[in-house]
Formats: sequence, structure tokens, C-alpha cells
Amino acid sequence: MSDTTQIDDVDTTIYDELPDAPPKKKLKLSWTGKLGVAIVAFWVLMAIVGPWIAPFHEADIIADDSNMGPFSVTEGEGTHWLGSDYLERDVLSRILWGARMTVGISFIATLLAYLIGVTAGIAAAVKGGWIDMSFSRVNDAILSLPTIMLGLLVVVALGSSIPVLIGTAAIIYASSVFRIARALGQDIMVMDYVESAQARGESIWWIIFREVLPNAAMPLATDFGLRLVFVVLFISSLSFLGLGIQPPHADWGSMVRQNLEGMQYGALTPIWPALAIASFTIAINLIVDDISAKSGGDLAKKMI
Amino acid sequence: MLRMVIQRILIGIVTLWVVSVLVFIMTAALPGDVAQIVLGQSATPESLAAYRAERGLDQSLFFQYFGWLRDMLSGDLGTSKAGGASISSLIGNRLANTMQMAALVAVISVPISVGLGLMAAMYPGTWIDRSLTFGTLTLISVPEFFIATFMVLIFAVNLGWLPSVARVSDTDTALEWIQKMAMPVIVLTIVVAAQMIRMTRAGILNVMNSPYIEMAILKGVKRKRIILRHAFFNTIGPIVNVIALNLAYLVSGVVIVETIFAYPGLAKLMIDGVQTRDLPLVQACGMIFCGTYVVLIILADVAAILANPRLRNPK
Repeated sequence: MSDTTQIDDVDTTIYDELPDAPPKKKLKLSWTGKLGVAIVAFWVLMAIVGPWIAPFHEADIIADDSNMGPFSVTEGEGTHWLGSDYLERDVLSRILWGARMTVGISFIATLLAYLIGVTAGIAAAVKGGWIDMSFSRVNDAILSLPTIMLGLLVVVALGSSIPVLIGTAAIIYASSVFRIARALGQDIMVMDYVESAQARGESIWWIIFREVLPNAAMPLATDFGLRLVFVVLFISSLSFLGLGIQPPHADWGSMVRQNLEGMQYGALTPIWPALAIASFTIAINLIVDDISAKSGGDLAKKMI
Repeated sequence: MLRMVIQRILIGIVTLWVVSVLVFIMTAALPGDVAQIVLGQSATPESLAAYRAERGLDQSLFFQYFGWLRDMLSGDLGTSKAGGASISSLIGNRLANTMQMAALVAVISVPISVGLGLMAAMYPGTWIDRSLTFGTLTLISVPEFFIATFMVLIFAVNLGWLPSVARVSDTDTALEWIQKMAMPVIVLTIVVAAQMIRMTRAGILNVMNSPYIEMAILKGVKRKRIILRHAFFNTIGPIVNVIALNLAYLVSGVVIVETIFAYPGLAKLMIDGVQTRDLPLVQACGMIFCGTYVVLIILADVAAILANPRLRNPK
């Protein structure tokens, strides 16, 4: 069955595009990859609509008691499906609101990191010379520091706010994106098709947008997933240390921290936000793993 | 070869210097007047001026930096804002505690991960390999505090075997010490080992693709023997590299784990310093952590150079 669809595919793509364009490979995920896609899609959806479908507001102190167990009921308010936290707030609602913070901020930060990293990386690869030299040296300095330390120092210097968090994460992770984009760009720049484009007299922008970027797109997209995981872990870790997203905003990392005390008395509250983070990051990794396994080991090596 | 090693070490020294500039700028270029913050709102202009002169704060940032660097290099880490104790005395004990924990983790995690990584590479595609690959993938994609939280839930809350805080002190008996250290050490070991197992496995499988291994396979050498006699020795370089890199990762792991278990180490001290905005303390701790990290990374690179004949004799 799959054979016939692929043949159809090949036929159309060959004649729809440039005559010598190779047939597009269709990406088929295994069931673990599909599971990953489903979980990621769920959390992205929650990040968008979470506040509207959550039973309560993130800052509402409505429960009868603190650290109530799952399925407990507050008279006149409703059921707390995942119980209440140390300040008598509904945990499920806070996780749904927190999705916007954790997933949203990480996503914006990663996007920004990509904008900076890819621009600088491709520029370094295409231009070479002193641009490459100076970008690479600055990059080495950033990469040679533990990320959490850099984060701590920036938070000390500027105080913690959402723009500071996004900016810090973006700059820190732009350096790893830079390294990959530069390596990919350099590989592509020596290809025959780039040489022939240069010989045809195409402008540098044409080459970047029509040759370099399309060929780097797939590896970069896969790496985007990995980078997103790192950013989620980075921001949650800072929040966990009390230096990330500040109250009253709900955020998964700080929810774990704030409710940790209660665990000594048997409350399960910190488990739920921790599970939310884990499900999101594991799901992304499942997708990335699946894709890189399909496209050969080379990709995985470049991304370490 | 010597030239490459020396070159790498020189680059490392330059990096350390850049790090010191970064740390200084980030903490010194803070909004607000340090003298005002330290002495409070009620300080008279005279006492403010006296404080600035004493600390050299009336000089330009450039001179302040070199003064700070000179003090750092001569081992004078300054005085803490809170309480005015000298930072060296605050750090001494804490640093020893952190080193103790890191050493313990290294001793436990390195043999375990190299062994498991080897095993996964020896039988690729089998259930051993698959469960190791999936398990480690799961572990590296969750935050450290996730693992720590579950460990506390299981071993401290449900089973009650281990304490959930690790406030070690000098008066602990050996048994108490082991009990308190167990949880943080296990959590860190899991975090670091997961990473190391994956990298060891990848390193060996990488070597397995080389022509001389193919030759051995064609000769009919057994797979186990190929890995232990042919592949392993050629992966020692990459593995040492992996180990050094992962000990560097310990630096970040330690921050979270010390906080979660209230372990009196250097990272906990630094986080406390961040929360009270004790700048000299944060500067000193930051430099120690970043310095250790850079040194470990250099060691990793040097190990890679020494182990690889192609890097040893560059064309």
C-alpha cells in the first residue's frame, strides 16, 4: 500500500518542480514518534487555550485545604482533579495556565535563538574571514560556560523578568545553534550545486535563500526540537531555583519547587507539574530520535 | 602534539580570562550604587565616599576590574555583604563538601556507565540495548529535579529509608553520613550516567563502522572479542573525553541537587548569595564553578588529542 503512494508522490514532485529536483522523501514516523507528536500537540494546544478551559484561575485561592489529594471536592466550587497546592489553589488549573508560561516562553526563546544563531552561522559560513573568526570566538566563550551559571549571573545582574529570561535563554542557546548552522552552511557551500549557482552569476542572497537554507532546513528543524528541550529544562531549572518565572504566574518548574515541602507529609502535588515537564520533553525527544534514526546517524553526530 | 596541547591550554587560559571579564561586567555593571546598597539609605555622603575609596569604587571600571582580578588571583576573594565574613572562610568548607560529593558521584558513575555503554554497544538492537537507549533518553530529557522529586517520594516518603534532606555536619556518625549522602549522590549519578552511557555507546558503534573492524568481522572474530580487543582500545580516547565532559556537566547538576536536598555545598551557597544579592559571594562562586568547568573541558580536549593519532600528528 505504502509503495503505491510513494510512486504517486515521486511522479508529481518531479514534474511539479525543477526538472532535475530529486524526489522529496516522505517522512514516516514510527508509533513512538507519532505518540511524541500527539503529546507535543496536546501541550501546544493547552498553551494556547489552557486559561480558557481551566476550571479556575491560576491565582484563585479557592480550595478548602492546602495539599488536598486528587479528586477532592470543594463545596460550591467543584472538583480539584489533581488536588490543591500549598496555597489552596487548584493544581490542574495551574498546570493548564503554566503551559502558556513554560511552553510559550521556551518556544519564543528557542525561536529567537534560531533567528540569531542561524543568521550569524550562515553569515559566518558564507562570508568566512574575520566575520567567521570573531563570531566563532565569542561563541566559544559562551559555550565554555555552564548554562545554569550564565543564567544565574544574568538573573543577578538584571533581576528576573520574562523578557530577561527569554533573552538569556535565546543568547545562550543561539551559540549552539550558531555552531550547527555554521557547520551545515560550510558543508553546503562547497557543494557542486552552489558552485554552479555561483558560476551562473547568482547573487549571494539567492544562494543563501535558494540553496543553503532549504538544504539546511531539515537538520535544523530536528535540532530545533532538541534545543527546545534544553530551553524548557533551563527555564524550569531557573524557576525551580526560584529565579525564573515569578509568582503569581504559574510555571511548571516553580510549581515543583513550591510544593516540595508538602511531599514530606505525603502530598503528591509536586509530581503533577514534574510529570507535565517530563511528558513534554520526552515527547519532543521521541520525535527527534525517530527522525534522526530515519535520516541516518550523521545528523545525530552533528547535534551532540 | 605538544604544540597542540599547549595551544589548547593557552586557548583555555584566554577563555578563563574572558569568563572573568563576563562575570565582572555582569555583576559590576548592576544598576544602583554598591556603596548605597551596602550602607543603606541613612548613610551620610562622607561615609559613602569613605566606603567607595576603601573599596576602590571611585576608580574607573577598568581599574576596578584589574584590582578585582589581582585579588582573585592572589586568593583574596573579598568579604561577603551579609555579615562581612571573608568569602574564603565561607567557601572553604562548602567547597570541600561539593568536591566530596562530585568525587563520590564520579567514582560510582564512571565504571557503571562505561560498562553499560559497552553492553549496549555489544548487543545492538537487542532488548538490553533498546531498554538502555530508551531509559537513558527518558532520563536525559527530564530535569534533574524531576528525578530527585521521584526519589524523595519513593525512598523518603513511601519507604522511609533515607532522609529527604542532606544537611551533613561534622558531628554525623559514618552511618548518618552515608544515609544523608545517599539520595543526592544517587540522583546525580543517574543524571550523569544516562548521558555517559549514551555517549559511550555512540563512540563504540562509531568505531565499529571502521574498516579494520570489518576486517575482523570477515576474519570471523567473535563480536565480544572484537569489541573488547579491537574497538574498546580505540574508543578509550573518546570515552575519556566523555567522562571529562560529564564531570563538567556535574557542575550544573550540583546546583539543582544541592538546592533540593539542602546540602551545604558551594552551589547552595551561591544560590543563597543570588537570593540575597550578595555580589562578591556570587562572583567568587561563579568564578570557581566556571573555572572548574573550563579546566575540565580543556582536559577533555587534551585527552582527545592524546588518544587520537590523527589529531596527534596533524598533516
